[in-house]
Amino acid sequence: MKREPVIEIEHLVTRFGDTVVHEDISLTIERGEVFAIAGASGCGKSTLLREIVMLMPLYAGHIRVLGCDIVHLGATEAARLRRRWAMMFQGGALFSGLTVAENVALPLREHTDLTPDDIVELAHIKIALAGLPADAANKYPRELSGGLKKRAALARAIALDPELLFLDEPSAGLDPLAASGLDELVLSLKESLKLTIIIVTHDLDLLWRVTDRVAILGDKRVVGLGTMPALAESPHPLVREYFHGPRGRAVGVLHGNQG
Amino acid sequence: MAIPAASVALLEAGHRLVCGGDWSVHGIAGLRARLDKLSWAVGGELVIDFSQVTRLDTAGVWVLHHIEAERAQHGQTVRVDGMRAEYAALQRLVESRAPQKIAPLKVHAPGPLVVLGYHAWHWFDQTRGMLHFVGENTVALLRALKSPRHLRFRHILSNIQQAGFDALPIVGLLSFLIGMVIAYQGAVQLARYGANIFIADLVGHATLRELAPMMVAIIVAGRSGSAYAAQIGTMKVTEEIDALRTMGVSPLELLVLPKLIALMIALPLLTVFADFTGVLGGMLVASTQLDVDPYTFLDRFDDAIKVSTFLFGVGKAPVFAMIIALVGCYSGFQARGSADSVGRQTTISVVQSIFLIIIADAIFSVVASATKLGMR
Repeated sequence: MKREPVIEIEHLVTRFGDTVVHEDISLTIERGEVFAIAGASGCGKSTLLREIVMLMPLYAGHIRVLGCDIVHLGATEAARLRRRWAMMFQGGALFSGLTVAENVALPLREHTDLTPDDIVELAHIKIALAGLPADAANKYPRELSGGLKKRAALARAIALDPELLFLDEPSAGLDPLAASGLDELVLSLKESLKLTIIIVTHDLDLLWRVTDRVAILGDKRVVGLGTMPALAESPHPLVREYFHGPRGRAVGVLHGNQG
Repeated sequence: MAIPAASVALLEAGHRLVCGGDWSVHGIAGLRARLDKLSWAVGGELVIDFSQVTRLDTAGVWVLHHIEAERAQHGQTVRVDGMRAEYAALQRLVESRAPQKIAPLKVHAPGPLVVLGYHAWHWFDQTRGMLHFVGENTVALLRALKSPRHLRFRHILSNIQQAGFDALPIVGLLSFLIGMVIAYQGAVQLARYGANIFIADLVGHATLRELAPMMVAIIVAGRSGSAYAAQIGTMKVTEEIDALRTMGVSPLELLVLPKLIALMIALPLLTVFADFTGVLGGMLVASTQLDVDPYTFLDRFDDAIKVSTFLFGVGKAPVFAMIIALVGCYSGFQARGSADSVGRQTTISVVQSIFLIIIADAIFSVVASATKLGMR
């Protein structure tokens, strides 16, 4: 596949008041890959994601998404860009006053000129694609289990067939079976919908199973970048700590890597 | 984006459908209506030429799927030509997951009798719930009084500050203005009879007996009652209330009692303050419009207004405070599941507490006139 950068981060600096979160981060994410941003809790991975999707301003540096520099983006271009990506939030962030079908239909209703009937039918397709049972469509988010909630959030995220899909902690709060089901779903959707997927996670199992490349944040910088097997060999102390803790080793062995 | 919208053309006497343009969710608006208008052939083979389609996504595949299914019903065999290989997986996915028809939720409008019954039951249920809540709080209060450690003085003090002290400016200003308005209205009538001096009676009775307690209660219901409902409602929705229960901390004791006690202390004090600024407003108008200078005004005020009038007004305040705190907190506890419901409960809390305040005030007036309480 032709290499085409979809996200380019250059010399990014993030700070809250006097606290420096990121200090000179540069990353490039290619079209069609499953890229993960990993690291210990509090290393600023969710912050990085929020900066990429324009939920938070940058302190310094540049981020280009799909060729647009998001720092100097007018309101109309920003709106157009936002339609080309979608984000699945950690807790789902489903609108609690709407049913699942209405949640999925919302972006369709806002951004397309389709008739209401078409929107309903398309929403049901997306719900089916996300692996939800048909009777979930008319339920409210509070009536769904954690796993189904995530699937509903995924259905809403793919409503407009985005080019980029951001997943914030997709496996958090799921039992292992539900988590692996969600992984497989994401991978199959990636193949069929030609998605580029950016995952923020600290779930090592998920990292081994689905990612093409991983960036590990630590100490305010990118301390490791590459495929999982390559990172497992990394000499950097923070990366070693991350991989060779008791849980990291167990997962590594499981995936055929002698940590 | 410069890609033209989806286009279709039926050629070769209805046996070849040439598709082009953007077959994505942004390009297929109105496409199905156009498809229905085409003069389709019956029987034979239909070739769908997809080679000129520049973009395709789930929505486009879904439309294609519809065409295929519909032509098959009309006895045509369908073949798709020129589908790019990269879309094959998408096509397979949509075909494998195409949903069974799901009936939308049936919404049948209920008859008037059903609506009436529903509302009656709802009100009955609410009233019962409220009484239950009052009872629970009484028990919690008695228990707290027995062991004062449970009274949480810091919470009470901070609530007094938020609901009482912080409300002083707005209560003072509004009641000053109301006092002025009353005096203005009265001035015209009194001057006609040369009864200027009775402005003190008018302002004193109206403000001390009715307007100050009522105004304060309504302001506090809007300011603090709504905040109580929103706070407790949000805590309910985010399971914080349940967390308190599992910790063995009574939510009533922690969240309701301090507010209730604080309001019962703050509201009478606010009412006294409102009495003061209200009379001040009336006095100002009296001296500018009616030539009743402050000395004369206060002299007459002293004669006309009994202490019992003042106490009657201030005495209503704790009752209003109880209504505001209990209705606000109860509405919060009624929140269920969603952000929506927190908003609804907040609105309900304000509307119901003002409603009940006015009813209580009316009861006070009736009882007072029957027993000549605080009148003379």
